[in-house]
Amino acid sequence: MSDNTNTPQPSGAVQTTGHAWDSDLQEYNNPLPRWWLWCFYGTVVFSILYWFIYPSWPVGNTWIKGFGTVEYTAVDKATGQEQGKEFRWNTRALLLEELGNAANDQQRKAMLAKVQAADYEQIAKDPKMMEFVRSVGKGLFGDNCAACHGRGGQGVVGMYPNLTDDDWLWGSSSDKIHETLVQGRKGFMPAFGQVLKPEQLDDVAEYVLTLSDEAPSSEDSERGKAIFQGQVGGCYYCHGADAKGIPSQGAANLTDKIWAIANVPAQKTLQDKKAVIKEFVAKGVNNTRVMPAWKDRLSPTDIKLLAVYVHQLGGAQ
Amino acid sequence: MRHEQIETNSALMLVLILLVISVGGLVEIVPLFYINETIEKVDGVRPYTPLEIRGRDIYVREGCYLCHSQQIRPFRDEWLRYGHYSLAAESQYDHPFQWGSKRTGPDLARLGGKYSNHWHVQHLVAPRSVVPQSIMPNYPWLLDNDLDYTDVDGRMRALRVTGVPYSVTQAEYDANVQKYGQAIADQLDITKAQDSLLKQAREKDFDGFPGRITEMEALVAYLQVLGTMVDFTQYNEGYFVEFR
Ligand code: HEC
Ligand code: HEC
Ligand code: HEC
Repeated sequence: MSDNTNTPQPSGAVQTTGHAWDSDLQEYNNPLPRWWLWCFYGTVVFSILYWFIYPSWPVGNTWIKGFGTVEYTAVDKATGQEQGKEFRWNTRALLLEELGNAANDQQRKAMLAKVQAADYEQIAKDPKMMEFVRSVGKGLFGDNCAACHGRGGQGVVGMYPNLTDDDWLWGSSSDKIHETLVQGRKGFMPAFGQVLKPEQLDDVAEYVLTLSDEAPSSEDSERGKAIFQGQVGGCYYCHGADAKGIPSQGAANLTDKIWAIANVPAQKTLQDKKAVIKEFVAKGVNNTRVMPAWKDRLSPTDIKLLAVYVHQLGGAQ
Repeated sequence: MRHEQIETNSALMLVLILLVISVGGLVEIVPLFYINETIEKVDGVRPYTPLEIRGRDIYVREGCYLCHSQQIRPFRDEWLRYGHYSLAAESQYDHPFQWGSKRTGPDLARLGGKYSNHWHVQHLVAPRSVVPQSIMPNYPWLLDNDLDYTDVDGRMRALRVTGVPYSVTQAEYDANVQKYGQAIADQLDITKAQDSLLKQAREKDFDGFPGRITEMEALVAYLQVLGTMVDFTQYNEGYFVEFR
């Protein structure tokens, strides 16, 4: 415990708290430094100014809204007109101001308007517009499409189509890609596991492999051809008599060496290649390969930009 | 009062400390219970259906909120990446809300409709099979576990206590029909909770197993409704500014 000391400090020296431990250990009682005090008073004044400018205290069932204002422009959806407006300071008004005024946004907006007005050919011919499409498209693609189609658009075999190859289910033109994005797509092929007998599945798989020169034609494949082209299988109905696919059905081209679903290239032997095709044809596709519709999520300009972006990824040129 | 007097009297100091820190709570929290002006008046926001509630409970149980927020803030970069900023009205039936600020993964407030059900199932079972760089954990048991929905009406009753308009009486049901239409009102009826859960699960088959109702079914149903209730094309941007 400490003892109280009454030993007065010499005047002019720093005062002590007035008690001593172990007889002589005392504690100074320094006043707060001036500069510190003034900073403190400064923050008090600042907070009062702040209350005047920004929304602050709740009062009754509303709150003090502050005198600060933000000017922003927003599109009136009924008339399509841009309207300038001044409103009390808040983060939402600030966002609209930023979206409309920031220097890079002005540039971006002008460029977006240009892309929106141009047709696909004009965009493709204009290197500046293409550069813009590539840089903005990359971000849009990363945020919205990469989770399925992969960062670079390479897809996942069997699940999500590769957008960088030459094989298109629904058509390769920018218009068709645009349509794909706006309305979404749903891959559908009936399951043939119950319709065809195992031998028939064998034969038709053999035939499918001859279409892309994976297998030489044989007796088996001739029987498969009859199934494919006839009423039993009816495959020609969607894939076409030439098996090149019918884009309006989203049916795959079976004559090229690019496989979207049946992972043929990964198989070494003919037997294994046949097996993956058999397995796929038996199961078909229903509800598993769904491309979402983007018309409600992305703006028309964003969709157009993405259509150009996907088109230039490589496969569609 | 001189500060020596406060510093040397610990009981007094305690009382004064409590007084000072309670100002923060009184000013920041209490008004939220009676200032309703900040809740935007928008159409479309409805309570979750029984299946979606079970999905939400699983979301909370699995701790998805530890890595995912559900609140898009009114900033330019978030606007460009995620879409429209979240409204207060959109989480009015969320108890507890899932706002958060921890974003190890992306914000999920506008997730509904972005991906297919099939993608969600695949991604939750094995995230790296679709997003190779992902650090999200696998949740394979969601597909193995059958959904326990026997207590869903009890869960709805609990939410009802907090003010979510699930109906018990005919009058409440009629009010919901008025407000949300018959189809939704049926799903908000506690007395029919299990039936409507089964109906939604069978019709939509979120998990891709028509014969089963798994925990995945409920979780995907919940994920697919996030941020889809308000039709933003109906409102001018300036409209939401006025609620702040
Ligand atoms: C939920 C996963 C998913 C997302 C997200 C997704 N897609 Fe798809 N996409 C698919 C599937 C599955 C298909 C194949 C549909 C089919 O089988 O017919 C597809 C097909 C396509 C096609 C047609 C390919 C062809 O061969 O004709 C294009 C183009 C495309 N997507 C572009 C995009 C773009 C651009 C985005 C981002 C805005 C996107 N996708 C987002 C799953 C997705
Ligand atoms: C109703 C239309 C339809 C019929 C009938 C049909 N298919 Fe398909 N097929 C499709 C569609 C659509 C796809 C692409 C599925 C997707 O992208 O989701 C496809 C894909 C395929 C593929 C995978 C191609 C690849 O690139 O991986 C094979 C193989 C195939 N079909 C073979 C057949 C055979 C064999 C038959 C007849 C027994 C048949 N199909 C009948 C619509 C059909
Ligand atoms: C350890 C942190 C972590 C946890 C816990 C976690 N996630 Fe994720 N999540 C991520 C990361 C990182 C990503 C981004 C990479 C990816 O898409 O997988 C992600 C992505 C997602 C996406 C895709 C979002 C988009 O817009 O692309 C969804 C949906 C999702 N998570 C749902 C869930 C659900 C549901 C749970 C709980 C069952 C969960 N996550 C738990 C880290 C996590």
